[in-house]
Amino acid sequence: MFSGVMVNAWVAGSVVAVVAGTVGFFTVVRGSAFVAHAVPNGSFAGAAAASLAGVNALLGLGVFSLLSALGIGWLSRRGRPDVATALVLTFMLGLGALFLSFGSEYEPQVYSLLFGDVLGVSSRELVPTLALGAVCVLVVTLVLRPLLVTSMLPEVARAHGVSVATMEIVFLIVVALATTMTVPLVGTLLLFSLMIGAPAAARAVTNRPLPAIALSVALAVATIWIAIAAAYATGFPVGFFVGATSALSYAFGRLWRAPRRGARPSRW
Amino acid sequence: MNRLLVPVFAPGFFTSGPVHTALAVGTAVAIVCGAVGVFAVVRGQSFAAETLSDVGAAGGSVSFLVGLAPLWGFLAAGAGAATVMELIGIQRPRGRDLAAGIVLGASLGLAALFLYLVATYHGTSGATIGVLFGSLFAVDPSAIPAVVALSVVSAGLVGLLQRPLLLSSLSPDLAHARGISVRFVGAIYLLALAVSVALAALTIGAILGTALLIGPAATALRLTRHPGRAMLLSGAIGVLAVWAGVVLSYDSYLWPPRGRGWPVSFFVVASVLVFYVGSAVFARSRHGRRSAGRS
Repeated sequence: MFSGVMVNAWVAGSVVAVVAGTVGFFTVVRGSAFVAHAVPNGSFAGAAAASLAGVNALLGLGVFSLLSALGIGWLSRRGRPDVATALVLTFMLGLGALFLSFGSEYEPQVYSLLFGDVLGVSSRELVPTLALGAVCVLVVTLVLRPLLVTSMLPEVARAHGVSVATMEIVFLIVVALATTMTVPLVGTLLLFSLMIGAPAAARAVTNRPLPAIALSVALAVATIWIAIAAAYATGFPVGFFVGATSALSYAFGRLWRAPRRGARPSRW
Repeated sequence: MNRLLVPVFAPGFFTSGPVHTALAVGTAVAIVCGAVGVFAVVRGQSFAAETLSDVGAAGGSVSFLVGLAPLWGFLAAGAGAATVMELIGIQRPRGRDLAAGIVLGASLGLAALFLYLVATYHGTSGATIGVLFGSLFAVDPSAIPAVVALSVVSAGLVGLLQRPLLLSSLSPDLAHARGISVRFVGAIYLLALAVSVALAALTIGAILGTALLIGPAATALRLTRHPGRAMLLSGAIGVLAVWAGVVLSYDSYLWPPRGRGWPVSFFVVASVLVFYVGSAVFARSRHGRRSAGRS
């Protein structure tokens, strides 16, 4: 369980969880759940294109995550954001299905890209994954203050001269980067669960940002460790355990909060 | 005449049984999704539609596991999810995306598990693609009566509720003042939405179904403000997108690289996006002319 290629899963999984927990916190605070669902699905086409062209999967994932993030940002300014998100999402998934239908291993490949694969991280991809994770955390740390302010109090941010639109683009790019490194292990459909479940649970426990981010990261790491161990032991897909554990941690967060709800003003 | 049509319709198009089924199912579903989708766009429920559709993926994969027709799996899961979402309060704008997201994530996880079990114990391949991306050409002709009946139910519900639904979508307070039960209307609508989503999932796959529901409706709402006209136009655009998908996919059997046809769902989704982007360009040029005339 801790030998050979599984080491890649543990190392990459831990880094992925740290990034997903951090980025996910902002996703939850900003109410951008739909976007966080759409960008990973956009990357599906990228992974498919990369396997068709025979290049490193991370390259395809990165390019297409960025493309769909920017596409959503661009279309959103010219219409309803949720419609733009839904249409970019489905188009990218359809494009991915098209690319994969050109290849020879249609079904198994579709399955592991969508739902994750414990052995999805090859040694060749381990270093780039770690580097991407570092970049993500660095970017979030650098823009921590403006990102927090625009997420929680957009009006105040505007008054202080922080551009809400610029921070939105920065946020979308960070989501795209986080997506790129996470997809090979967790899959495009369930990455979203990791980005929402743990941060939502953390937010239910505390309203202060930094403790909430720390708790969110801890919960995400626990989620992915449980998922990898369970997937290894049972042979079931990683994505199933990520989805189930995330839902459970959210439920516990709600339960934790329920008796306290009357005691303090709630933000959401 | 026939020779003129060959570049558009590959030989055998009009005599092929699967094409007939595909056109019948696709047309009925596109009309209903177009009409129902208009309210989903007006109410800002794109994410709810996406969630219902992804929950449908879990239902569809269960039906593969137990050997039922996938339509019933989509339908049961969608109706169940609509009830749950109604109970946990989909109307509250804050936090509702989060609740929907958790339901969505958990059910996609279940879909992963069921599809894995299907592949492991039944040894059948094609379930993942069939449930998630669908194929109109693979729809069983015996499903047509059920599809038509469900289409009529869903369109009928929305047609009957059209006025109170519109009012409570645009201004809940005003609707409340007029004595309309906003919550009841919303719940019935969510049910009609769940049925349409199940139909869309059968047509272009569970994770692509949202496109058929949201895309034509959003396109139509850009071209007209009148709700009745928007519903008709949206249905027409949906039908056009499905037909374009069926024709192009049938033609693509003769295309590179492998000569086995490109997925029909891809063409439908791509046409929907093209219509949406095209309508933006069209609406802007019309708007520009009008404001130029005014000034």
